Amino acid sequence: MKSVLEVKNLSASFGPHPQAASHPVLKGISLSVTAEQITAIIGPSGCGKSTFLRCINRMHEVVHGATVDGDVLLNGKSVYGKGVDPVLIRRRVGMVFQKPTPFPTMSIYHNVAVGLRLNGLKKKAVLDEQVEVSLRKVVLWDEVKDRLSQPGTSLSGGQQQRLCVARALAVNPEVLLLDEPTSALDPMSSGKIEELLRELKKSYTIVIVTHNMQQAARLSDMTGFFLMGELIEFDATSKIFTTPTDARTEDYITGRFG
Amino acid sequence: MKNYARGGNVPYRWEDPLFKGVTFLFALFILLLTLFIAFSLLVHATPAIKKFGFEFLWGTTWDPVSEQFSALPFLYGTLITAVIALLTAVPIGLFVSIFLSEFSPRWLSDPISYLIDLLAAIPSVIYGIIGLFVLVPLMRGNIEPALSNSIGFLPVFQGPFYGVGILTAGLLLSMMILPFIISISREVMLSVPQTQREAILSLGATQWEMVYKVVMPLSRSGIIGSIFLALARALGETMAVTMVIGNNPDIPLSFFEPGHTMAAVIANEFTEAASELYLSALIEIGLILFLVSFVVNGIARILIPGGVRAA
Repeated sequence: MKSVLEVKNLSASFGPHPQAASHPVLKGISLSVTAEQITAIIGPSGCGKSTFLRCINRMHEVVHGATVDGDVLLNGKSVYGKGVDPVLIRRRVGMVFQKPTPFPTMSIYHNVAVGLRLNGLKKKAVLDEQVEVSLRKVVLWDEVKDRLSQPGTSLSGGQQQRLCVARALAVNPEVLLLDEPTSALDPMSSGKIEELLRELKKSYTIVIVTHNMQQAARLSDMTGFFLMGELIEFDATSKIFTTPTDARTEDYITGRFG
Repeated sequence: MKNYARGGNVPYRWEDPLFKGVTFLFALFILLLTLFIAFSLLVHATPAIKKFGFEFLWGTTWDPVSEQFSALPFLYGTLITAVIALLTAVPIGLFVSIFLSEFSPRWLSDPISYLIDLLAAIPSVIYGIIGLFVLVPLMRGNIEPALSNSIGFLPVFQGPFYGVGILTAGLLLSMMILPFIISISREVMLSVPQTQREAILSLGATQWEMVYKVVMPLSRSGIIGSIFLALARALGETMAVTMVIGNNPDIPLSFFEPGHTMAAVIANEFTEAASELYLSALIEIGLILFLVSFVVNGIARILIPGGVRAA
């Protein structure tokens, strides 16, 4: 099986406070993400799972003073190598955030097309086609095809989140990162997103951070359990949720803490 | 046992309506004050309005000796100095705001922002002094000759270099309105949610693309509001302008030549206005200025989002 992401001894902190340096958010994480699978990252609040995700596409460093150590290989190429432009890395990685973040000043159409246009795509016919393909992938096309010129914020929360998935998919990313994508949604909309991810995994590699253990168990092929910045256990989801090796993993999934 | 929580006598019942009434009266006072100002201006301007009618607005003669009064030279001066001020201050202000909200580290943006607020608090007569003793010689000796040599084919940049004049007043005004544009635009840009910035960055936007595609569109109405607020300030500015504009009730073709503004003529000629008609004409100019400022301020208020308005 092909590995899309290779995380090597990754550490991260929110500097430059002296405490931050001695209390890194991530400590020496190593794991690999397999192509066309869903990899779930679980763990209690503040365990560093979101930071882990944001290190993959170099979004962590957007925060002032943040530091990263170690490396991530995206399809064999270093993300943190010398002279690597974070902007170009982010174009190869899709990201969906906790709260839906459609751009309020852009129409539904432009919300999806914006990534393509950032990549320099200008031909209207190609844009039109890609927008439709992406919206079909997230099963939103039929709901919005007659109102593409309305603002993205005119949609419901669940629709907005699917729009954000479509926006991330439009540029055909090598990996799709989702940071608790359903935590701000109602159960119906969450269900739709999960269904969608199951469908997308046939052609995309997905990493999802979730605090919802059931969601991880339902959706993912592999699960990593984070605790206080460390990767405690990383294994097949079925194994993590039935016979975890580490006692702390067992305590967490049986609800003894977190 | 007596239930104090629902006690029968509630002794403070009558206080609430009284308190409400008193605060309402004071609030009403503000409204009445505004109406009173407008009304008094109107009353005192009536002789001039009756005498000159609408001719007052587009006539070009201002001759106290023959008692011929019209406002166009002052309208023109006020408008054109404000336009020069905006054309200079808006681009500079926007670049500074973008730097402060998007690129500058905190240790730098905090003191700069503080200094900008301080600039807004400097009395305008101080700007006038700086204008008169620094800007005017600079204009006469350097800037006006340079403009004349480079873009002198435009009629507005031709003619003798006076130093005092429309262009000088416009540039001095641009310095004075810059803090307004910067501090409000910066606040508006800072209020753009970080999640929006991260969303566009995660799609592979550069910082410039982030500013251009997300921060600016989301701040647009607030920025335009800040421009209108600055415009209102520029239109009404009196002291500094009158010190450098040359106070010449005329409509000169060249920006180098002395002109006049509505606020400046009122301040300058009020004490000399001997006849009732002269005084009334000045007050009518005041009325026009009042109405224009009222409308421009109103537009600014509508455009600047609530949380940022306090400035």
